[in-house]
Amino acid sequence: MSLALSGRDRSLLAGEEGPARALALRLVAGMAEVWGARGLIDIVSAHVDGCLFHGRSGLDFTERLLDDRARVVVPTTLNVGALDLLHPENVRRDAESTGLARRLMAAYESMGCRPIWTCAPYQAEQRPAFGEQIAWAESNAIVFANSVLGARTNRYGDFIDICAALTGRAPDAGLHRSENRRGRIVYRLDGVSERLLREEVLGAVLGYLVGEDCGSRVPVIVGLPPETEEDTLKALGAAAASSGAVALFHAVGVTPEAPDLETALHGEAPERVVRVGPAELRAARDRLATAEDGLLAVVALGSPHFSPAEFDRLLPLLERFPPHPDVELVVCTHRLVLAGLEAKGAAERLRRMGVRLVVDTCIVVTPILRSTTGALMTNSAKFAHYAPTNVGLGSVFGSLEECVRSAHLGRVWRDPDLWETS
Amino acid sequence: MIELRAERVLVDGRAEGEVVVLERPLSLWGGLDVASGEVVDPRHPQKGAVLSTRVVALPVGRGSSSSSSILLEAVRLGTAPAALLTLEPDPILALGALVARELYDRCPVVAVLGGEAWAALATGQWATISVGGGLALASRRPLPEEPPA
Repeated sequence: MSLALSGRDRSLLAGEEGPARALALRLVAGMAEVWGARGLIDIVSAHVDGCLFHGRSGLDFTERLLDDRARVVVPTTLNVGALDLLHPENVRRDAESTGLARRLMAAYESMGCRPIWTCAPYQAEQRPAFGEQIAWAESNAIVFANSVLGARTNRYGDFIDICAALTGRAPDAGLHRSENRRGRIVYRLDGVSERLLREEVLGAVLGYLVGEDCGSRVPVIVGLPPETEEDTLKALGAAAASSGAVALFHAVGVTPEAPDLETALHGEAPERVVRVGPAELRAARDRLATAEDGLLAVVALGSPHFSPAEFDRLLPLLERFPPHPDVELVVCTHRLVLAGLEAKGAAERLRRMGVRLVVDTCIVVTPILRSTTGALMTNSAKFAHYAPTNVGLGSVFGSLEECVRSAHLGRVWRDPDLWETS
Repeated sequence: MIELRAERVLVDGRAEGEVVVLERPLSLWGGLDVASGEVVDPRHPQKGAVLSTRVVALPVGRGSSSSSSILLEAVRLGTAPAALLTLEPDPILALGALVARELYDRCPVVAVLGGEAWAALATGQWATISVGGGLALASRRPLPEEPPA
C-alpha cells in the first residue's frame, strides 16, 4: 500500500524540523500504513495519555523526543499521571519510581502540553466541536469525544498521541472518515423500568454489556431517554471501552450523529439486533463483580474523574449516610473540580466525613489505597473491571446510592427495586 | 509441518516460538504482568498462561490504549511475546511494537491472519515466522541438531 505524503510530511520525515519530529512523523506514517490509510490529515487538538508511568521504557521514549526541544503544534492536554501532585501523600510509591513518574510528567509539560492531568478532559477544558479532527488518547475520552461530541478521533494511545501533537498530523483512516462511523449492531432496550432508564448506573452496566458483545464494531443503542444525562453517557462509553474496544457509539435521539436509527446506520441494514432487557442488565452487573456482596474495605468513585454534577449528587447522599470509619472512601477527580469544591467549602465537608479526594491520577493506575485485602465497591465499570488486577481487591458494582449506603453500613447494601422489571 | 501465510503483516520480522492461542480478547494493561510475562486478568480463562517468547494468537486486543506501553515495557524487560497474531488489525499492539523497534532495535512480529490460518493454530505447536508473513507450524519444537560425533 502506498501512502501519499504532503511536501511538509516529507520534509518532517527528512529531519528538516529536527530528529524528534522526524521520529514522530515516522510513527504516524507507520500507523497510517497499519490502518490502511492513503494519506495523513491535519488535526486541531490532542489529548495525551503517555504521561502515565508504566516503566522505564516510557522515559526512554520521551527523552528521545526531548533531545531537540520539540514542542507540540496544536493545543494539547494531558491525561492522568502516576502521582497526585497536590497531595503527594495520597500515592504510596518508592522514591525511585516517584522520581521517574515525576520526570515523565515534567517531560510532557516541557513539550508544551497543558498539565490538566485528567481522564475527563471533555469536562475540564474547552471541548472539541462537532466534526473536528482530533487525536485523543485514553479510551473513555476517545469514546466520549466521538460519541457525545461528534468530534473525530481514532483509538490513539501512548506514543502516537504525542507524535500527532508534535506534527499536527494523523492517519486519514478509521473514525476520521465518515463511512467508518456507521452503526453496525443495534442494541434495543426492552422492558427496562422507567426508574432504571433514568439512573446513571444504567450507563455503566449497559456499556459493559455492549462492549463485551460488539468488540470494535460501532454499536447503536435504541431506547435511552432523550434527556439522558451526560454523566450517564460518560459512564456508558467508559464501560464499553473497558470490556471491549469501543471508540464510538450512537444512542438514537441522544447523541449527535443519531437523530434517528436510519441515520445512525447510514441507511444500511444492521449486522444484528440484540434485545437488552432487565435480566441481561442484571447479568452484566454481576459480571462486573468478582467478589460476593458482603463486608467492604473500600468504596471508590470517580473513573472517569468525578464531575461537579456527580459531586452534587454525592454530597446530599453522604450527609444522610456518612461513611463507616472502617471503610476507605476515595473519590478521584481533577484539580479544577477540586478547586470549585474548595471554594464552596464542600471539599472540607467531604474530608471531615472521612472522604479522601485524589486528583491528577486514580486508584487503578497507581498505588493509593491502604486496604490490601477485602472488597472494593464502585459505581464505575472501569474501576470494577480493573480493580482485581491493578489493585488486588475483589470488586462489587452498584449505583451511586448503593455505594454510599454500603460505605455507611460497612457491607454491601442493595436497592431492592432498582434492578426489577418495569 | 503446515506452511501458511499471514493475510497482512503490520510489523514485519522473523520470529519463532511455542504457540499460545488465547480464547478470549486480552487487554495487556491490567491483563499482562510485564515482570513475569504472565496473563493476570482474573476474568480471562487462560489466567496464568505465559506469553513471553511465545507466538501469541489473540482474536483481538481490547480495552485500554495503555497497552502499547505495556508491550514496550515487556520488550525492554525481555518478557514480550515473540509474535502477536490477530484476526483483525490491532493498532495499539502494532504501535507498541513499532516504538520498540525504534528504541530497542527488537520487537515482536505483529500480523493479521485469515480464517484458514487461524483455524490451523493450536496451543503447543511450534511456529516459525519469516519476513513477509510466512508462517510454518510444526506439531512440536524441533529437536536441536545433534553435534557431529
